[in-house]
Amino acid sequence: MALFLSSIFYIFSFLSVYVQVFFLITFLDNKKEITNRNGSTKLYKYPKVTIMVPAWNEENTIYKTVRSLLNLNYPKNKIQIFLIDDGSTDKTWDFMQKFSKFSNIKIFHKDNGGKHTALNVGLENLETDYVGCLDADSIADPESLVRIMSYFEKDSSVMAVSPSILVINSKNIIQHAQKAEYDMSIYVKKMLSFLGAIHVTPGPLTIFNRKVFDDLGPYRHAHNTEDMEIAYRMQKNNYKIKQCNDAYVYTNTPGTIKKLYKQRLRWIYGFINNTIDYRSMIFKKKYGNFSLFSLPFNIMSVVAVTFIFGKTVYSFGKFLFLKVLEFKDVGFNFNYNISHFDPFFINTQSLSFIGILLFLLIIFSIMIGKKMSEGKWNLSFNMILYILIFSIVGPFWLLKAIFNTILSRKPAWR
Amino acid sequence: MEQNHHIDWKKYLIVFLFTLGIFLSASYISNYFGNKKIDQLKLIQDKISIDILSSETQFSLLSELSCKNISDSIISGELGELGRKLEWGQDNLGTTDTVSYLKKYYSLLQIKDYLLTKKISERCKTKAAFILYFYTTAENCSECEREGVVLSNLRDKYPELRVYSFDYSIDLSAVKSMLQIYKIEDTKLPALVIDGDVLTGFHSIEELESRVKESFKLQDIKLEETIPIKN
Repeated sequence: MALFLSSIFYIFSFLSVYVQVFFLITFLDNKKEITNRNGSTKLYKYPKVTIMVPAWNEENTIYKTVRSLLNLNYPKNKIQIFLIDDGSTDKTWDFMQKFSKFSNIKIFHKDNGGKHTALNVGLENLETDYVGCLDADSIADPESLVRIMSYFEKDSSVMAVSPSILVINSKNIIQHAQKAEYDMSIYVKKMLSFLGAIHVTPGPLTIFNRKVFDDLGPYRHAHNTEDMEIAYRMQKNNYKIKQCNDAYVYTNTPGTIKKLYKQRLRWIYGFINNTIDYRSMIFKKKYGNFSLFSLPFNIMSVVAVTFIFGKTVYSFGKFLFLKVLEFKDVGFNFNYNISHFDPFFINTQSLSFIGILLFLLIIFSIMIGKKMSEGKWNLSFNMILYILIFSIVGPFWLLKAIFNTILSRKPAWR
Repeated sequence: MEQNHHIDWKKYLIVFLFTLGIFLSASYISNYFGNKKIDQLKLIQDKISIDILSSETQFSLLSELSCKNISDSIISGELGELGRKLEWGQDNLGTTDTVSYLKKYYSLLQIKDYLLTKKISERCKTKAAFILYFYTTAENCSECEREGVVLSNLRDKYPELRVYSFDYSIDLSAVKSMLQIYKIEDTKLPALVIDGDVLTGFHSIEELESRVKESFKLQDIKLEETIPIKN
């Protein structure tokens, strides 16, 4: 049994290193293509774009979100903004009405039906060739849209482009940890973009060619992760998704463990259930790296975290049990604690070195992400916070998501 | 539409080979450090072996010389350290064959130390108590782990107490002879031998402590009854 568990542990470690090396080689292969543009970007043609802002009880952030759209470096007559109130019970609708005087802003009100229904109201009223969404808790950088649109101009086969999402207003350690995580996501997303294997087109300012919705239909409920499902649907139909690393959108992140837990539970639940819905795509050559790399390794990470968590809980439980027995047998024994340090007892098993390597690779991924977003290499304490907090709390939302999936329980949005 | 789903098989293979290389390197480094640790263990064993040999030689000379300084050569502390390192090595060092060979050697050293110290104790009337402890690693023995903790604690409390631990499953004729002498059975582990009495199963620290104290008391009485040796 011990040998079996140890073999599984080795396999997971091997696959984890494999993923990191895969990203690293992709990075080295495409290094020259990763640019950070400074100043204002210009396009030959400025296609008309509609940006939908679905909102449900976002009175605290919606004003800033819309202002950021009005400040975009993009011709005003080429941007149409849809503010869609999804049956808010706070003052979101009042805030929206403040923008009714703008000629390029249209305001919609509907009964609460979920984000996908709000977005579909926007799609029904769409008049432009490009459309995107900006979550009402996010703020777009003035250069973001024009830089995203440059990808469509450069390659007409691109069907969707997502930006780099950065964290604003990070005030506590939970948010600092997410800051590092979002930095790493920029790197991971960019690599998946090179591989044609992006599995989510996030709510904050992913821009689509309207052909996507004309051909594939509107947004679906998709287990409260409509931004993931549309990406799966696009991959299934061979529609190209790219990531624009120097288009920045700033987003607010959950400030407490409880809120973070709820958000991640929704994301992971969405991932598990969308993957189940699209299971026919796994390991099918015709779906490319999405089916051979992105999906299998995401599934592996869910299984691996569950396994490692189970193993850790078992080992820790055993350790505690023995300590309790030891306390019962001999009382507190301080001799062990004060005994001198002997390097002989440092674990030099190969998995220890692999663990250190994985840790360094993750730190390096965050650093590359930071370099891609901020243009500078630096280490920060947030990286340690991220690894620490997410490795302790992460397994809980993951296990709960698996549990909910088994019992067919749908997690709430907030 | 441009082909989005292009698969670069070569890249999959290169990454696989690269990852394999990383694992092989990690294994090589691990072996390197493992061998260093085994060398360290061998060094400690050689030292203990020389020390025991030296004590034996000194002991042989005792009839002509005296008991003076003989106790200085008692090396149970180092034996204890070696035991802990071997125990750890068995769980954490890959080269189990070498470690089990070293463990056999260690068991022999313990037996030699036990016999010698016992003789010295009798001859020189030094105070010493002995516990022979038999445990198993072949199967999950939680009581053995508990007994081990109790004995370590007891040894810290009474420096004159000498605990010799033997793995029941070790393939060594000397240990097997001891198992036969004391009629130790694998179904009754852990087993302890104190003053010739065999105790099986888990025994609490209080119980063992009273036996150790009793053993010391008996020695004190014996010491008082005999005329001290003058140097």
